[in-house]
Amino acid sequence: MKKLVTLGLTYAIIQILIMTNIISDYLQATLVTVCINIILAVSLNLITGFTGQFSLGHAGFMSIGAYVCAFITLRTPTIYGFLIGVFSGAIAAALIGFLVGLPTLRLRGDYLAIATLGMSEIIRIIFLNLEITNGAAGLNGIPQFVNWTWMFVFVVATVLGISNFIKSAHGRACISIREDEIAADAMGINTIKYKVTAFVIGAFCAGIAGALYASYFYFIKPDLFGFLKSVDILVIVVLGGLGSISGSILAAILLALISTYLQSFPEIRMVLYAAALIAIMIFRPQGLMGSKELSLEVLGKLGNSLKSKRGRV
Amino acid sequence: MEGKVKDLEGLLQQIVNGITLGSIYALMALGYTMVYGIIRLINFAHADIYMIGAYVGYFCMTFLKLGFFSSLIIAMLVCTLLGILIEKIAYRPLRNATRISALITAIGVSLFLEYGMMFFVSANVRTYPEMTGIMAKTMNMGSLVISMQQIILVSITIALMILLQFIVKTTKIGKAMRAVSMDKDAAELMGINVDSTISFTFGLGSALAGAAGVLVGVYYNTINPLMGVVPGLKAFIAAVFGGIGIIPGAMIGGYFIGAVEVMVAGYGGSMYRDAVVFAILILILIVKPSGLLGKNTREKV
Repeated sequence: MKKLVTLGLTYAIIQILIMTNIISDYLQATLVTVCINIILAVSLNLITGFTGQFSLGHAGFMSIGAYVCAFITLRTPTIYGFLIGVFSGAIAAALIGFLVGLPTLRLRGDYLAIATLGMSEIIRIIFLNLEITNGAAGLNGIPQFVNWTWMFVFVVATVLGISNFIKSAHGRACISIREDEIAADAMGINTIKYKVTAFVIGAFCAGIAGALYASYFYFIKPDLFGFLKSVDILVIVVLGGLGSISGSILAAILLALISTYLQSFPEIRMVLYAAALIAIMIFRPQGLMGSKELSLEVLGKLGNSLKSKRGRV
Repeated sequence: MEGKVKDLEGLLQQIVNGITLGSIYALMALGYTMVYGIIRLINFAHADIYMIGAYVGYFCMTFLKLGFFSSLIIAMLVCTLLGILIEKIAYRPLRNATRISALITAIGVSLFLEYGMMFFVSANVRTYPEMTGIMAKTMNMGSLVISMQQIILVSITIALMILLQFIVKTTKIGKAMRAVSMDKDAAELMGINVDSTISFTFGLGSALAGAAGVLVGVYYNTINPLMGVVPGLKAFIAAVFGGIGIIPGAMIGGYFIGAVEVMVAGYGGSMYRDAVVFAILILILIVKPSGLLGKNTREKV
């Protein structure tokens, strides 16, 4: 109940701020980027943080969602076309995720990383060379249907969906694979099945994120979804903490603030990103949040303990 | 390298080009394979050491007006130091961390070098100075054209490979390298200084990458801060193809990937040549993850 109230309040406050133009168009674009990054980071966190499978191909799935949604909304520019586009994009990404995941998830650790990287590069090259995707120039003039309301709905749905998945028996199985794959296997967990499941769910959400991206920014090209995009998402997940959903959300917001601030120095931004990545890994490999979650209950407890301390004094 | 192959001579020409390109991949693949063999880490920064090697060679030739060979040696030395430094600063603190943390650090180092370079020397493409004297000559055999640069490039590669084999197989430090890659703890118990052996391995691999960088600069003329990314991935694929951790495997893999790429481009698929290489990677990983010369090992608890 408390959760519902906070969610409703967050939505309403930002909606009012947008309606009263306090949040300008530029800020709104940043807001949308944050939302898309949250979806991407939370879904990659499911694969990398919770299931322990290192994927470097998230941008590939995102591009599939983006292109499929762009095709459909360009042909049927209605709100139904948009919704069909988002879901077909997500399903297409999930399908490719399944086809790629089934053979490659037998690989461990760094081999899987390279295989997924190769996969996303192949997807990018195919989009670059197809006629219907308009090659390197990309697709332009995709009708814009995404607004704050849609964005909010999709972010909440993804985050709730994934956090409920993690709390379910399936999610526990995924975590056990991260902790020790051989032990999980010995305990009778079908490791391949759960790895593929996590991978497919992750790809599905990345597809949604891509579709939302295409619909909001009405322009996509293959180069937007290269290796660097995958690294960007990975940085968010790592900074927030592998295995912490609220960490991913916090990190997505934090990094958006930093990159807005460094907008005019793109090179320095990347140098700082890189240095931050190394420093986090050396000094705090568990990220900002570790695998802990920030929730209202935790905040409440924190407040209570502060109160009781004060009371004692 | 563009255009379709029509006849036998065209095919021979492609083979010559493939060997040249393959030499570069093989040199880089050796660094990947040695580092992976010794600390089980995909050293993403390796590709950027190659890029920095190319830049050092460029600065030596353009501003210091040094000759090709002295520039090559300076680049190799600078890259050796850089490789050792990177290992000390970034990888050593993570020696006992999880594989994922080490890999993320490697990506971080790679981005740091790329964008740091971009910040200092700008993202512009730079052009190597024209080669003169013997380096500028070409040999014509019918319609087959072999440039002196290609011959020098391939001979330097082969010389470096022989030197590497010599170091690894016969010297004391080579023996230490093999021991550490087999079992780090046991090697340490036998009195081998594991840290300095790993440093040496990084230095050796980076020197080869630096050499590859200068050779590429001379051969293709243009360099830029992101030039290492794609060749780096391909060289890594070459190392995986040959069986990662196995030195002859990396050489075979390098030449194989070079040949495949040139052939795909030569037969009209130049837009898809990167995709074909990645497809080969995925195929190898699925069919024989241990690579061409690798042995299957079971993962133990």
